Amino acid sequence: MSIAVAVLVDGLIYASWLFIIAAGLTIIYGVMRILNMAHGSFYALGAYAAASLAGGWLRAGYAPLGSYAMLALSALLVGVVVGPAIERGLLRFTYGRDEVVLVLVTYALFLILEDVVKLVWGVESYFVSEPYGLLGNVEFGPLSYPVYSGLLVLAALAVGVALRFGIYGTRYGKLLLAVIHDREVSATLGINVNRIYLVTFTLGTTLAAAGGALTAPTVSVVPGMGVEVIVLAFAVVVIGGLGSMPGAALGALTVGLVRSAAVHLFPQVELFSIYVVMALVLSFRPRGLFVAAEARKI
Amino acid sequence: MSPPRRTALGFLAALGTLALAAPLLPQWALFLVVVSLAKGLAAAGLLLLIRTGLVSFGQGLYFAAGAYAAGVAVNQFGVADGALLALLGALAAVSVSAVLGLLLARYRAIFFAMLSLAFSMILYGLLVKSPLLGSTDGFNVAVKTVFGVAVGRGPGRYGVYGLAAVVAFVAGVALDRYLRSNLGRLAPAVRDNELRVEYMGASAKNVVYLNLVVAAALAGAGGAITALAVGHVDPEMAYWTTSGEFVFVAILSGTASVAAPFLGALLLELLRSFAYEHAPNTWQLVMGAAMLAVILFLPDGIWSVFRARRRATQ
Repeated sequence: MSIAVAVLVDGLIYASWLFIIAAGLTIIYGVMRILNMAHGSFYALGAYAAASLAGGWLRAGYAPLGSYAMLALSALLVGVVVGPAIERGLLRFTYGRDEVVLVLVTYALFLILEDVVKLVWGVESYFVSEPYGLLGNVEFGPLSYPVYSGLLVLAALAVGVALRFGIYGTRYGKLLLAVIHDREVSATLGINVNRIYLVTFTLGTTLAAAGGALTAPTVSVVPGMGVEVIVLAFAVVVIGGLGSMPGAALGALTVGLVRSAAVHLFPQVELFSIYVVMALVLSFRPRGLFVAAEARKI
Repeated sequence: MSPPRRTALGFLAALGTLALAAPLLPQWALFLVVVSLAKGLAAAGLLLLIRTGLVSFGQGLYFAAGAYAAGVAVNQFGVADGALLALLGALAAVSVSAVLGLLLARYRAIFFAMLSLAFSMILYGLLVKSPLLGSTDGFNVAVKTVFGVAVGRGPGRYGVYGLAAVVAFVAGVALDRYLRSNLGRLAPAVRDNELRVEYMGASAKNVVYLNLVVAAALAGAGGAITALAVGHVDPEMAYWTTSGEFVFVAILSGTASVAAPFLGALLLELLRSFAYEHAPNTWQLVMGAAMLAVILFLPDGIWSVFRARRRATQ
């Protein structure tokens, strides 16, 4: 019984973390048709920024609760600085090229950012574990979970609700949907597609950085932490369906639960259980769970 | 001169150059050439797939399958000769792809890329958790002879180098011939319009399946040669970064000529080793910047430099 609870709770926590990152990836793909390999780097940048800002805040002796604000601030900072710089400075020159070429552009970007991170922060690891333990633990039967993990779940819920409302409930969201549906017709109708792209990429970057910033207190922040995140986030969005927001949520839950079940029940298969699920889903629903099949174009 | 003969002569000239250069090259350069030829083999397989309209982000799967097959053959079954091992590597990759291809041949575009990625990550996960195969550390592979010549001293020093050159030569010429055959010409047709290929009475799925298997064979041979050259195999060979590198080599080199991926792989390895030598902390940055420069300024790949010049002189 307690194992079932542990699987569920761990899965939910892991899924929340995955959702925040995958939501950014899927929105960038949905709007801009870029499968962003640099997403893992944005995640790492968020983690490093959080380690520096929250660490600095705590070392300066300010109220420890403020470190949570610092986590949020670092995600925002990475998003609005790095996102527009890359979209305006590089990506806009590659629009209209093949999807695979765009993947390669972001792969090159990933390589560059990996080293930029090392240049700025060096190769040693950083720790900011204070926000993790600050709120204490909550008992779950025989199991004890840090309240911080609950915070992570809440953050994922907030991101999901905000995106849902932002896309379907606001005027700007409607413009976004129009661009997703048909970029050229939207441009002819007078929608500023360039600005939509800029906003989308910034939003996606912020979400990746938020994932990193929220993880920073739970791990040691080290070079290369983004590499694994990329394929995981790919698996999530591919399972749910590329470009689909509910798909990202379902994909994150699937991957989260499968992984935590594997960790608790069959530790040997932990690493590849996720990719087995990904291959299985693709075998039966090639476009993912939430995207309808398209007619073949002649 | 007919184009296939020109390509064959070009490859023969390259083989001759490699043979003549061998005594002049220091050990590290020999190694670099072997590794780039092995990667070139995998990238040549991707060239075939790209011409078919598919990009696989999972060629590392076949690369690792070939490398591990060669390693197991040496260590468990005492297969000593490098040439046989390269063949075994290719065969292992062929048998893996013959099974996975049944499913993969139904996929196109980004879904094909993602499913092949998933398969390669499954193999990575399996290898990492297989104590018999050395888990994350992998295991050592010690090849004893190549074409019957003992590896190590004297002429044996060039054993793996010669093997890589010969395999690349044979594979390059054969692939070029294949691409110019009736069957091979269906590849770009499938990329352009599958429905019309079917109207003509050919099976697009069969073409894709066959090309998947051929690409896997090339990657498998490349993996086996890498295992012999490095003397070690590890699960990283199946990781997505390895597959990503092959895609990079293939796209950066361009798909206009079968020779392009080999040349591109060599240039990339040279750039990597010089960047590693002179900027050990920022070599990835140098690589990334170079790749961006090629994508932005040479949209048809490195090979297009030669083409543009030839067109200008004609």
